[in-house]
Amino acid sequence: MNPGHTRTLRGRAAVVGIGETEYLRHGQASEPEFVLALRAILTACRDAGIDPGRIDGFTSYSNDRNLPSRLASAIGVDELRYSSMVWGGGGGGVGGAVSNAAMAIATGMADCVVAFRALAQGQFGRFGQVRAGSVGVTDEAAFTLPYGLGSPAQQYAMRFQRWVHDHQGRGLAAQRAVALASYHHAQTNPRAVMNGRPLTGEAYDASRWIVEPWRLYDCCQENDGAAAMILVPAEAAPDMSDAPVFVLGAAQGSDGRFIAPVHNAPRYATANFSTVAPRMWAMAGIGPRDVDCVQSYENFTGGVVMSLVEHGFASAEEVDDMLAFERLIAPGGALPLNTSGGNLAEAYMHGFGLHNEAIRQLRGSSCNQIPGAKVVAVTGGPMVGYVSDVVYGSEDTL
Amino acid sequence: MTSRSETWVLPGGGPRPEPTGLDAPFWAALGEHRLVVQRCSACQAWRFGPEHLCPDCRSFDYSWEEVPPVGVVYSWERVWHPAQPALSTAVPYVVLLVEIPAAGGVRMLGNLVGDPLADVVIGQPVTGVFEDHDSYTLLQWERA
Repeated sequence: MNPGHTRTLRGRAAVVGIGETEYLRHGQASEPEFVLALRAILTACRDAGIDPGRIDGFTSYSNDRNLPSRLASAIGVDELRYSSMVWGGGGGGVGGAVSNAAMAIATGMADCVVAFRALAQGQFGRFGQVRAGSVGVTDEAAFTLPYGLGSPAQQYAMRFQRWVHDHQGRGLAAQRAVALASYHHAQTNPRAVMNGRPLTGEAYDASRWIVEPWRLYDCCQENDGAAAMILVPAEAAPDMSDAPVFVLGAAQGSDGRFIAPVHNAPRYATANFSTVAPRMWAMAGIGPRDVDCVQSYENFTGGVVMSLVEHGFASAEEVDDMLAFERLIAPGGALPLNTSGGNLAEAYMHGFGLHNEAIRQLRGSSCNQIPGAKVVAVTGGPMVGYVSDVVYGSEDTL
Repeated sequence: MTSRSETWVLPGGGPRPEPTGLDAPFWAALGEHRLVVQRCSACQAWRFGPEHLCPDCRSFDYSWEEVPPVGVVYSWERVWHPAQPALSTAVPYVVLLVEIPAAGGVRMLGNLVGDPLADVVIGQPVTGVFEDHDSYTLLQWERA
C-alpha cells in the first residue's frame, strides 16, 4: 500500500448542506447565541435533506462557546461520536474546523459532521474593544496594553506596515481594491449586512483612520449570527445532493515561531500562510491557476493582500496590478475575490460565511456566480497565530 | 516628585504591567533606568519577550544582561481609534516596534516621544526614554 496515496483528504468528504441565520450588526440578535447555533445547524440539515438526528459530530474553532455535548442534547441526536475545537481566538481555525470534520469522516470516526460558528456579541462582548481599565496585566499584555496596543487592528497593523516597507510601498492600492471588491459583491447579496450600502473609492479615501495603514473600510465588521455546514463521506454524497462539493485539499498551522512574544516572529511581515498554503496545494494536486475564485478571510485588508501573495495568486512585485479592483470582481475578473461580500460587507462570522459562499459558487447558486466554477479556495485567519485553508471542488474535479 | 503625567506619552489610568516570576527582572531594571534583555546561558542567544525555554537550544538556563537602550525602527503604527477607554483623548499616538542591535536584534514595543503626526521612517535610529509612573516604568523611544 502506498501511504502517500492514503494519507490525504482529497476527495474523501463532501459538503451536502449549508445554512446560516440572518446576519445582524453586533448586539442586534434577539436570541441567545446558543439558539443562533441551533438555527444555523437546522437550516443546514434542511438544505442537506437530512434528519438532524443523524448528526454525529461537531467541529468549531475560536473557542466557540456552544459545546458539542450540549448541542447534541438540544438537537436530540441519535449518538455523538466526534467533536473537536481548533484552539485560539479569531478566525484562523475556520478551515481547520472544516478539515477536522473531513478527517473524522475520512478515518471512520463519524459519518455526519457539522462544522459551525455562532457569535452574539451583544450577549458576550465585542472583539474590537479592550475592556481592561486600571488593572494590572501580565505576560504579553504587560508589554502591549500599557503602550496602547490592544485591539486586533492594533496588533496586526505593524506586520503589514513592514510588508509594505519591504516591498517599496506596494500593497496599499491592493488593500483598497480588496475593500471595494467586498462591498461591490455585497450589493447583490441579500444576506449581506452592507447590502444597500455601496462603497465608492472616494468614500474609502475619505474614511477615517482606525490605525495607520488601515482606514475604517479596511477593517471587518462585528456581527451577530451563526453559520453551519454538513459534511458526509464522499461516497454517500451523490445520493444526498444534486451538487455535492468535495474537499480537495486542506492545511492548518503556522510558521514555527509566528507568535514569538512581543512581535519577535523571525518572519514578521507575513499573513502566516508561507508554510500552510503550499501544503494545501500539494494535497489538492492543483495550484492557484486552477482556482475559479478565492474567498480570503478579511480581518484587515492588508492581511488579504499578504495572504493572496503567499498563496501564489499574485506576486509581491506586481501586487497592485494583479489585485486591481476590476480583476477582483465577479463574474468577469481574473481573480474574483470574496464574492459574497466577505467579512467586510456580508458578515463577520469569523470567516464561516466565506466557506458557505465557496459551496454556493460550486453549486452555481452564488449571488455573484462565476459561470461553471469548479474550484474555490478559502483562506482563514491572516496574521493570527494559527491559520487554515481549504480548497473545494465540484464532482468533476475528483 | 510631582506628577510626571504631562511628560508621559499616554495618559495614565489604563492597564499597567504586573511583573511575573519570568519578567520581574526586566521591569525592576526599567525602574532603575536600565534596559536588560534575557539571554540563554547555554547558547548565548538573546531573546525577548521573556521565555522560560530557549527556542534555539532548549536550555532552561538564562541570565539578564544590560544593553544600551538604543535601537532602530522596525515597524510602526499610528493609532487614531482608541480601543481602550483610558486613551479616548490620547489619539493619535504612535506605537513603534524597535529592533535592538546590541541584543541580537530582538524587538520591543514602545511609544514615540514627540509629535505623533511627524513622519515615522522604518530604519530610523531611536533612543530609549524611561517613563516613570507611580509603581512602574515604561520604556519609550525618541528620535536619535
